[in-house]
Amino acid sequence: MTTDAALQELTNREYEHGFVTKIDSDSAPRGLSEDIIRFISAKKNEPEFMLDWRLKSYRHWLKMTEPKWQNVHYPPIDYQDVIYYSAPKQKKTLNSLDELDPEILATYQKLGIPLNEQKRMAGVAVDAVFDSVSVATTFKAKLAEVGVIFCSFSEAVRDHPDLIKKYLGSVVPFTDNYFAALNSAVFSDGSFCYIPKGVRCPMELSTYFRINAADTGQFERTLIVADEGSYVSYLEGCTAPVRDKNQLHAAVVELVALGNAQIKYSTVQNWYPGDAEGRGGIYNFVTKRGLCHANSKISWTQVETGSAITWKYPSVILQGDNSVGEFYSVALTNHRQQADTGTKMIHIGKNTRSTILSKGISAGRGQNTYRGLVRILKNAAGSRNYTQCDSLLLGSRCGAHTFPYIEVRNRTSQAEHEASTSKIGEDQLFYCRQRGLSEEDAVSMIVNGFCKEVFRKLPMEFAVEAQKLLSVSLEGSVG
Amino acid sequence: MLEIRNLTAKVGEKEILRGINLTLRAGEVHAIMGPNGSGKSTLAQVLAGRETYQVTGGEVLYQGQDLLSLAPEQRAAAGLFLAFQYPVEIPGVANLYFLRLALNSIRKNRGLEELDAMDFLTLAKEKMKLVEMNQSFINRGVNEGFSGGEKKRNEILQLAILEPKLAILDETDSGLDIDALRIVANGVNALRSKDRALLVITHYQRLLDYIVPDRVHVMANGQIVSSGGKELALELEQKGYAWLEQKNVAAEAV
Repeated sequence: MTTDAALQELTNREYEHGFVTKIDSDSAPRGLSEDIIRFISAKKNEPEFMLDWRLKSYRHWLKMTEPKWQNVHYPPIDYQDVIYYSAPKQKKTLNSLDELDPEILATYQKLGIPLNEQKRMAGVAVDAVFDSVSVATTFKAKLAEVGVIFCSFSEAVRDHPDLIKKYLGSVVPFTDNYFAALNSAVFSDGSFCYIPKGVRCPMELSTYFRINAADTGQFERTLIVADEGSYVSYLEGCTAPVRDKNQLHAAVVELVALGNAQIKYSTVQNWYPGDAEGRGGIYNFVTKRGLCHANSKISWTQVETGSAITWKYPSVILQGDNSVGEFYSVALTNHRQQADTGTKMIHIGKNTRSTILSKGISAGRGQNTYRGLVRILKNAAGSRNYTQCDSLLLGSRCGAHTFPYIEVRNRTSQAEHEASTSKIGEDQLFYCRQRGLSEEDAVSMIVNGFCKEVFRKLPMEFAVEAQKLLSVSLEGSVG
Repeated sequence: MLEIRNLTAKVGEKEILRGINLTLRAGEVHAIMGPNGSGKSTLAQVLAGRETYQVTGGEVLYQGQDLLSLAPEQRAAAGLFLAFQYPVEIPGVANLYFLRLALNSIRKNRGLEELDAMDFLTLAKEKMKLVEMNQSFINRGVNEGFSGGEKKRNEILQLAILEPKLAILDETDSGLDIDALRIVANGVNALRSKDRALLVITHYQRLLDYIVPDRVHVMANGQIVSSGGKELALELEQKGYAWLEQKNVAAEAV
């Protein structure tokens, strides 16, 4: 069998997580209007301020136009053909996982999400988002002992309105961009996390997002506030079942690191990428941004292997002096996947530092774009940025693109940019096979070698998962 | 050990091997010499299973088995090793890790237990002495940023660790200075044994001063045109390949 044929065969495996859970959904009718927004807000028993904010966002969104500058292509989205709210029907609130709908539990098990007591022993609290509503939250009590708040966004709106009022939209205002405005109007649920002053969060916080009901737009909202001198590591992992129609996902993540605080935010994203011909698959249009106060640090690590289209730039606004922003990314596109991803580092405070390490892997007919902005403002004296941007091509039908924007407005700062593009060659594969490695092992080894610097930044158990995911996503990738 | 019968192969439309016949027994060292473009490296690559080349005729028996029906990794598992003329770089993959993966793939195929990291390190250290290799090499990426000589030594280290039955050395001497040549040759000689066969491909006679062959074959134009003892290499060195071609033309004319 030729190299190509063997790899083709591997590529053609079906998406493992493609199955649909049969549970009754409590859905809004298709389309978007002020009435739909009122419906969502009412469903969630939201206070008045929340509804007002949603309506303001919606009215602003109506005045905006969808951005077209990104290097991805998709047919026009009919926003009136999307269902903006879908919640699994539940009779009452749950006291334990045993009360959870067995179908939902089974779904999690198929995905291999250890949402059970084992997870507790592993020291990870899970806030599982199933479609739009959080159905299970573990460890709240244990976290409460140290004053950490980790709950669904809806709960936070009800139970901690002051924190929400203060920080919601403070990093990503609803005016920010088209999809952020849409999210602000219709967001269904998400996670909220608050770490009090001086507290080191005793466990890694983890959320598994999952989109289930057909044609349901998923509009998650995550807000993490790390108060002065605190530390938190947050893990986000995603999977979604097979769908014929493209599904829109427009999430917003806001991070606030107050003085001397640290937030480490890690994502492994493997949403349904569509089939080999590019049918179906998630549109993942996400706004992620963090704000650093003095001496604080925000670190984004992402491994993006899924979605038909990925369009996101986890960014850091380095407002406080001596603050640090980091972005470590692996983005893989196979088949007909498209990714336009990177970061923005905005240096405002003095002596601020940022590091960008981006690894793009393109296979099949995948198109991978790195787009990054490093802006060092006039007052950000003594600031530094280091950017390294590497692309790896598998086969000859894929593409890698790099758009770095660097603006340095003072004389005491420096920005470095390094970039490389390489290709997994037939010669590398043959070399490995001659040494006894199977083709599949060889490809996976070469790609993992390429991504090593980023995987090192992931929490241990995530790193293992990321490596496995990469191998699965790569199946059959040299063409 | 290896029996090549009337092997022909082409790349694209170009016929490169035009009927190779060669028999190599366990314990023997054969050298293949010949001018550039004579098909020496092609023969090595075809034996290792490179898909760029299409075998158009003939057969190859390796330990009584049809070699050509095996995938490259199966040939490796069966004990065939090729020291590359141009070893490939694999950035980010530690040399040590790569070697262990390779050895364990082969061991698994042979039904042997896989070596753990500690045992493997002990083995690697011992073998590194053989090729006078600094320890820092095994923690660096596979051939990443290695000099030409370092890459060749790394090939011999792999050879020493994988302990193949049949080793093919494809111009391992090219680009080596005299010290590196001696180190490489010592490494290879240490591996000579009665149940291992070596096929040494070289452009120059120089290497054969260090690795003394049992037989020398001369290739030209995709065929073995002359075979003899080690003195053939010396004769070739003195008279040049042109001599051989003349001799060949003369032979054909008869």
